[in-house]
Amino acid sequence: MLAFLIQRVLQAIFVMFVVALISFSLFHYVGDPVLNMLGQEATEADRAALRAQLGLDQPVVVQFWNFVVNAAQFEFGISYRSARPVTDLILERLPATLELATISAIFAVVMGILLGIYTALRRRSWLAHFIMTASLIGVSLPTFLIGVLLIYVFAVELGVLPAFGRGETVDLGWWDTGLLTTSGLRSLILPAITLGLFQLTLIMRLVRAEMLEVLSTDYIKFARARGLSKRVVNLRHALKNTMIPVITIIGLQLGTIIAFAIITETVFQWPGVGALFITAVRFVDVPVMAAYLMMIALVFVVINLVVDLLYYAVDPRLRAQGGGK
Amino acid sequence: MLPNKTLLATAVLGAMLATAANAETLRWTRSADSLTMDPHSQNEGPTHSVNHQIFDTLIYQDMDVEYQPGLATEWHVKEDEPTVWVFKIREGVTFHEGQSLTAEDVVFSINRARHEHSDMRGLLTSISEVRAVDDYTVEIETSEPNPLLPNNFTNLFIMSREWAEEHGVEEPQNYAAGEETYAVRNANGTGPFRVESREPDVRTVFVRNDDYWGIDHYPMEITRLVFTPIESASTRVAALLSGEVDFLQETPVQDIERLANAEGIKNEQGAENRTIFLGMDMGSAELRTADTDDNPFADRRVREAINLAVDANTIQRAVMRGNSQPAGMIAPPFVNGYSEEMDEVLEADADRAKQLMEEAGYGDGFRVTLNCPNDRYVNDEQICQAVVSMLARIGITVDLVAQTRSVHFAELAREEYDFYLLGWGVPTMDSEYIFNYLYHTKEGDRGSWNFTGYSDERVDELTVAMGQEIDEDTRNEMIAEAWDIVHDEILYIPIHHQMLTWSMRDDIDFQVQSENTPHFKYLQFNQ
Repeated sequence: MLAFLIQRVLQAIFVMFVVALISFSLFHYVGDPVLNMLGQEATEADRAALRAQLGLDQPVVVQFWNFVVNAAQFEFGISYRSARPVTDLILERLPATLELATISAIFAVVMGILLGIYTALRRRSWLAHFIMTASLIGVSLPTFLIGVLLIYVFAVELGVLPAFGRGETVDLGWWDTGLLTTSGLRSLILPAITLGLFQLTLIMRLVRAEMLEVLSTDYIKFARARGLSKRVVNLRHALKNTMIPVITIIGLQLGTIIAFAIITETVFQWPGVGALFITAVRFVDVPVMAAYLMMIALVFVVINLVVDLLYYAVDPRLRAQGGGK
Repeated sequence: MLPNKTLLATAVLGAMLATAANAETLRWTRSADSLTMDPHSQNEGPTHSVNHQIFDTLIYQDMDVEYQPGLATEWHVKEDEPTVWVFKIREGVTFHEGQSLTAEDVVFSINRARHEHSDMRGLLTSISEVRAVDDYTVEIETSEPNPLLPNNFTNLFIMSREWAEEHGVEEPQNYAAGEETYAVRNANGTGPFRVESREPDVRTVFVRNDDYWGIDHYPMEITRLVFTPIESASTRVAALLSGEVDFLQETPVQDIERLANAEGIKNEQGAENRTIFLGMDMGSAELRTADTDDNPFADRRVREAINLAVDANTIQRAVMRGNSQPAGMIAPPFVNGYSEEMDEVLEADADRAKQLMEEAGYGDGFRVTLNCPNDRYVNDEQICQAVVSMLARIGITVDLVAQTRSVHFAELAREEYDFYLLGWGVPTMDSEYIFNYLYHTKEGDRGSWNFTGYSDERVDELTVAMGQEIDEDTRNEMIAEAWDIVHDEILYIPIHHQMLTWSMRDDIDFQVQSENTPHFKYLQFNQ
């Protein structure tokens, strides 16, 4: 077990290092931050001085080494754009993103499973056909377009929900939440739907396919033959066995939701880390970009690590293999 | 007791009603937030716009971009000393936190803006010394006579020296220090509004400064100003349509018509202080991207042909949907030295252009790359696409490379471009600024945006002289002569002066300011 754990952690560190390297080399193609930081009246000498001040005149290898050493201590320096510590900026923005991601994940999972069960059990009904067709829209329309459409329908035409922002928030000291105010909750609805729609359709289709497969297996037929009620057969016997692959997918999709939040946050002016990243890219705010990419990489690495460990706990074959050596 | 209580209650109620009638909130949005509250660390539009509400400058440009006295009541060049400007400071002004304004604060602020960490210092390089003569007089000495000095002060905000010392922010933000200073998120100005709360990139709330020195002089109808930047253009427009904001500062071109037709919303339009044009490298012996082994741009006939082929009127109609002012010179209309005659748009003439190409020996045309930003100016990439098809008609095959601004300007600064799109605003409102950056030979601190390789001794001479000549008539003659020379050379191909659109609730009375800096103290509500 310990050997397995150490092996996985080492792999994770390696992945983080590679991400750092790739993102760092990308920064050399996004433009020159110094041009954004100094106005058009600045002279070449001013720019050179600022470059030296920021250490941008050093060899790339040296810059990368400094970056890795600092990143390992969660030290990402100061934002070129807002002149504030990057760690502060990210921590300030993280609650907004995590709340949005969590709510849209719950929305996607609950609605996805319910609709999946419905479309599997009543697969010939017109409503099921309608849901299946509509789900194609969720898969094929780009997220920003869904967001814009929702804004136009619910904010502009109907005027029932806000078009942007997070509403009023309550500061709990360590966490700035929008879940405790009416305006905060109302602001959450459209972005959560936008962000969760793709996951919803994915989960729904997965549940439906798995359910249909399980329903045709022998033990279900046997359960029916035993005269168990439809409810018990469908929800206890069939659904439970459907859930194993679904849970795996949900776990992996959680990282995607946080990463995909970039687009939703930009459309809704949601003050999360994704919007922070987009603004940083426009400004070539290298410290913020680097910190964000490292954070997303960390989220994926941690989720994968947890999933691996869960497999290890769940699947006796993996354990036997490890023990045999 | 009872009657007294009722009386009191009535009085309170009356007072509440009175304030309710006067309490006007304005919710304001634009694409970008201010970067910092530190008034000297960034020389950037949205940052100045926010700071103009909180701070005052010695001189400012009002809604008609006319120079008006701010914290300085009068200013003039000292008699017999052409290198010294004298500024009289307004008396009886207090900062939001109670400090009284004196000449010392002005001296401190100008010196702070000249500090090596200040982004404002590029505008103040001619200053050699700033001194307080008495409590309300400041003298500024320049190394050479500088007739334009006051024009450089319109975004130079005055801070309280006492406050800065108290909070350890005597110097602007230093990025290398890696830490945030107190001034990044706190401000203490003398301006018409004070900051109630601020969450960067989310929301800044201002309340009216009832002790403002100009409270009786300006309408000052807004009691509470809420600023929420919205980056996405369609969301910004949706927020105005749904009534979640009242005032939208940068209306996207594609939404102007829609907003004009929307109920309860109106647009205000005006010329912006920015001209869009094409630049060509005429100085290099050989172009980097062309398929010729010489430099076609070095031939004036080729430049004239391009000028004739690029149809500014068509670009205005087809690309800008009418929302631009086609140009014949690269100075915006309100700049000193602008002439209507020179700004007259050239009639496009592809036949004459082809003939010129033939005469220059490029009858079969040539191939060259055009570099454009795609997120800096209004419809920048589409303008370039139009140029590509216009030049194809006279045999010039143009490969278009459109990139994000940070890449475009970095490569432009490294002199990697043969043919490029650029926009230029003139913060000093005087042609000298244009000549200094765009026409003077690229050497030393001058000509830093002249990527054409153009170098003319007389133009250089005139540029330096117009920066120092105090006599207005002589100066204007110099400017006119310089314009005549460069206009004849066809260094740049003017396209248009950008137009600015602000959209707002239709009961708001507020005109567009060409610098894109709203002064909310002027805003009025039509009751």
